[in-house]
Amino acid sequence: MKLSPRRRRRIFRVAGYVVFAALIVSVVAAADWGRLSDAFFRTDVARGMFPGAITVALRNTILYTLLAFVFGLTLGLVLALMRLSSILPYRWFATAYIELFRGLPALLVLFMVGYGVPLAFPDREIPGGVYGSVTLGLGLTAAAYMAETIRAGIQAVPKGQLEAARTLGMSHPRAMVSIVLPQAFRIVIPPLTNEIILLTKDTSLVYVLGVTSTTIELTKFAGDELNTRVNPTPLVVAGLLYLVITLPLSQVVRGLERRAARER
Amino acid sequence: MTTVSTIEISGLHKSFGPLEVLRGIDLAVEPGEVVCVIGPSGSGKSTLLRCVNLLEEPTSGTIRVAGVEVTDPDCDIDAVRRGIGMVFQQFNLFGHLTVRENVTIAQRRVLRRGRAEADRIAAANLERVGLAEKSGSYPAQLSGGQQQRVAIARALAMDPQLMLFDEPTSALDPELVGEVLAVMRGLAAEGMTMLVVTHEMAFAREVASRVVFMDAGVIVEQGPPAEVFGRPREERTREFLHRVLEPSRVSETEIGARRDD
Repeated sequence: MKLSPRRRRRIFRVAGYVVFAALIVSVVAAADWGRLSDAFFRTDVARGMFPGAITVALRNTILYTLLAFVFGLTLGLVLALMRLSSILPYRWFATAYIELFRGLPALLVLFMVGYGVPLAFPDREIPGGVYGSVTLGLGLTAAAYMAETIRAGIQAVPKGQLEAARTLGMSHPRAMVSIVLPQAFRIVIPPLTNEIILLTKDTSLVYVLGVTSTTIELTKFAGDELNTRVNPTPLVVAGLLYLVITLPLSQVVRGLERRAARER
Repeated sequence: MTTVSTIEISGLHKSFGPLEVLRGIDLAVEPGEVVCVIGPSGSGKSTLLRCVNLLEEPTSGTIRVAGVEVTDPDCDIDAVRRGIGMVFQQFNLFGHLTVRENVTIAQRRVLRRGRAEADRIAAANLERVGLAEKSGSYPAQLSGGQQQRVAIARALAMDPQLMLFDEPTSALDPELVGEVLAVMRGLAAEGMTMLVVTHEMAFAREVASRVVFMDAGVIVEQGPPAEVFGRPREERTREFLHRVLEPSRVSETEIGARRDD
């Protein structure tokens, strides 16, 4: 008997569900649940991490992210405007900066800011201590990426918007500030949020600067706990706390995108 | 003392690289005149219009607007543009602002009017184009015809002495053209000086005080609409009008098509 196309599609579909369910069931059945929960889900170990995991480690992770993001966004905006400038040396400088910092590992830049610069200028200090070093170390790299994102956003605003603003008698800077940049930022909100999420994760590199018990962030905190308790549960707790930062971010983006869709 | 022409263009040339788009334009527009510029696409109409407020930098020639030479390098072009309203084919409303904000932002930022005064003037001009009730909407929520009427209100709120229209109905669905033309007709009746690039021949015939026919970067002929449309002197004008006014009558031989019998 020949199957009709509709019947055949149906059979393939059902087979797909069955295979997937069988895979899940076999993994669940094969797992050693006692050992897994002993290793990764020890409630006493998890409880011992609090409140420090939140009041110190999570707080510092968020703080480092925000500092680097604000610095990177500001510098990135300046670089983006320089790249679009009619003044040739500005364009050269911005292009060179972006190519340089996009091509270097964040860890190398952190070493440079944390150890290289202090060695070169022993009589000077980066203001803000470890916070200042993190801001520069992560922000300098982030600025290069954000500059390219913002430049693309500015160029995605239709040329007619600037023309209409200039026609109404606005100066070029005024038209950029009031008309072009607000629309460009709406366009780049999703990629910029991606940048925050990447920065959040890059803060795990900060431990190379030698953090103390007050400047410790999530990954180093979890690593220390893992050493003292000889149990990997802290890694799971730290992972969940990272998600506490990143999941709401994507919610915020969704809301902003919905608003932007209404206004466009 | 004679009155100053609103626009005075002489010897205007404009090239984009090797392409010469305007090849010596002389044109004056007197206060209160409605001048419609017609002609085939690529004839330089829009470029001519865009030179008047220096959206395009002329290659050579002089342009005066209300006696001020805008082609003078020392001219404060932002100040001149305040007095020239411009309406674009693609509307170019500011997408991140409401209708009211679209109409008030330049009043506030450029003319430094207070919020209350700007809101009052915006309301009056939205009323004028029949969109008073849309002031809280965003441009994306409006039809093309409504967006273009807001764009006209936005320009009028600056109290311009001259309005430039760059194919204001070309991007509109046919059933929305009428509402925009009605607003423009009202403006003309109020005595606004207007320079209009358009493909709406019926509008030009009815509203224009003068029609300018352009082709290949020069003004081929100009005159009252009755003359240009009724008794065109130039062959190029006749041919263009024939194609535009009776598109279904254009013969195959005219476009070089061959029928294979």
